[in-house]
Amino acid sequence: MNAADTGWILTATALVLLMTLPGLALFYAGLVQSKNILSVLMQCIAVACAASLIWFAVGYTLAFDEGNGWIGGTSKLFLAGIDRNSVSGTLPESLFAMFQMTFAIITPALMIGAFVERIKFGAVIMICSLWLVVVYAPVTHWVWGGGWLAERGIIDFAGGIVVHVTAGVSALVIAVMLGARKGFPEKITPPHAPWMVMVGASLLWVGWFGFNAGSAVAADQNAAMAMIATHLSAATASLVWLAIEKFRFGKPSLVGLVTGTIAGLATVTPASGTVGPLGGVLLGLAGGLVCYLAVEVIKMRMRIDDSLDVLAVHGVGGATGTLLLPFLATIGYGGTGLAEGVTIGNQFLTQLIGVAVVAFWSALATIIIVLVTKSMIGLRVTNDEEVEGLDFTYHGETGYRQ
Amino acid sequence: MKMIVAIIQPHRLDNVREALSDIGVAGLTVTEVKGYGRQKGHTEIYRGAEYQIQYIPKLKLEIATDDKTAEQAVVAIRAAAGQNKIGDGKIFVFNLEDAIRIRTGESGDEAL
Repeated sequence: MNAADTGWILTATALVLLMTLPGLALFYAGLVQSKNILSVLMQCIAVACAASLIWFAVGYTLAFDEGNGWIGGTSKLFLAGIDRNSVSGTLPESLFAMFQMTFAIITPALMIGAFVERIKFGAVIMICSLWLVVVYAPVTHWVWGGGWLAERGIIDFAGGIVVHVTAGVSALVIAVMLGARKGFPEKITPPHAPWMVMVGASLLWVGWFGFNAGSAVAADQNAAMAMIATHLSAATASLVWLAIEKFRFGKPSLVGLVTGTIAGLATVTPASGTVGPLGGVLLGLAGGLVCYLAVEVIKMRMRIDDSLDVLAVHGVGGATGTLLLPFLATIGYGGTGLAEGVTIGNQFLTQLIGVAVVAFWSALATIIIVLVTKSMIGLRVTNDEEVEGLDFTYHGETGYRQ
Repeated sequence: MKMIVAIIQPHRLDNVREALSDIGVAGLTVTEVKGYGRQKGHTEIYRGAEYQIQYIPKLKLEIATDDKTAEQAVVAIRAAAGQNKIGDGKIFVFNLEDAIRIRTGESGDEAL
């Protein structure tokens, strides 16, 4: 056990929880109509609580216990066997399980952005809970728990695939199966509180240092390089988005800039342990551009109401970083290069297989989860409930009193 | 007596209030309202998508005056609120039957 590593990961764990509570919750809440603000905050925090208990009960063991290439074992159900002296690497295992728990919290919570303002509260909890077991835990095992993608040498430092591709693809599937919000796309009401979106995005940005630099699972040079690459990618992508809006519409918007921030953060996530500062800037450049285009394609061309652009910003960003990483590992100073004997082409192929298979599994499993949920409790609120807003109809509360 | 109801651009309120004080109007009531007229609405752009804002925020002023001041008040409001642009607003003038000051019970012009 190493005290410096333990100290940093204790801190990083708190930072990653801050990303969801209240970072992501505020980021999403500002983007919806004022009559649905509480429902979004509620979904985020309730999913966080449910995910915590599921991680304790089955998630951690299925992801990180030794099993086969596809799924972890069951010897750590309910965190069995983890006592004060259990060690994982240089950390107490209780800390490693807790650090990973915060990832298991934010990943299903990310999906909430796709189905806000029209989904039943119970359906959110049920879908996210099942999803954590069926999608998140096995994919985590494949990539981080010694599973088949890890065997193949895939590089996903902090979760471009594990977190962003899984959540992004599944979010789109749920959005399609649930259907668009009433009036989409012409008569949708704009974000009710752009300032809240900025506050949430800023908390996500700060928290992301725990997410990426914490993924070094040590207080060392890799953590430090991950932090600077992460920060530079976020700053670059923010400016890219700002520039695109200024050029296209004449006015750079706050919501646009901070969306760029999140795109840059998602894009650098898988690569933050592999690239240096210059690589971070290049990833931000790519992430800003690609995610902007993705929003346009999904929302405006395909007309899918992935309401808060979960696939376009998170999924596409995470995939972009995952696929670009082999090319950027040696650019500028600070990159790690690839493993000995591995060519850029080989690594790219591995990354591509990872993204494709994980996207396929996420989509397939989510379809089944949604069908099961629909048959048991239903998915969509009634027309009247949607018009009145979910805050009062589902939670009996009002966000803003006149 | 007259009741003047004016719909104006929110950022012209201070001008209008000053102009009305100058001609001796003793009070007014302001309400934040939304609506549309010839200006229709405007568009806002979030993440590249255009949103139609159908109802634009305006202020509604309600001013009770005696008959003589009413004419001056209409002129003053026009001058202070107008920018010669679509969306400047409108002024409506009604006959006012009576006014009563709650504290003293005075009525008519006395109560204004």
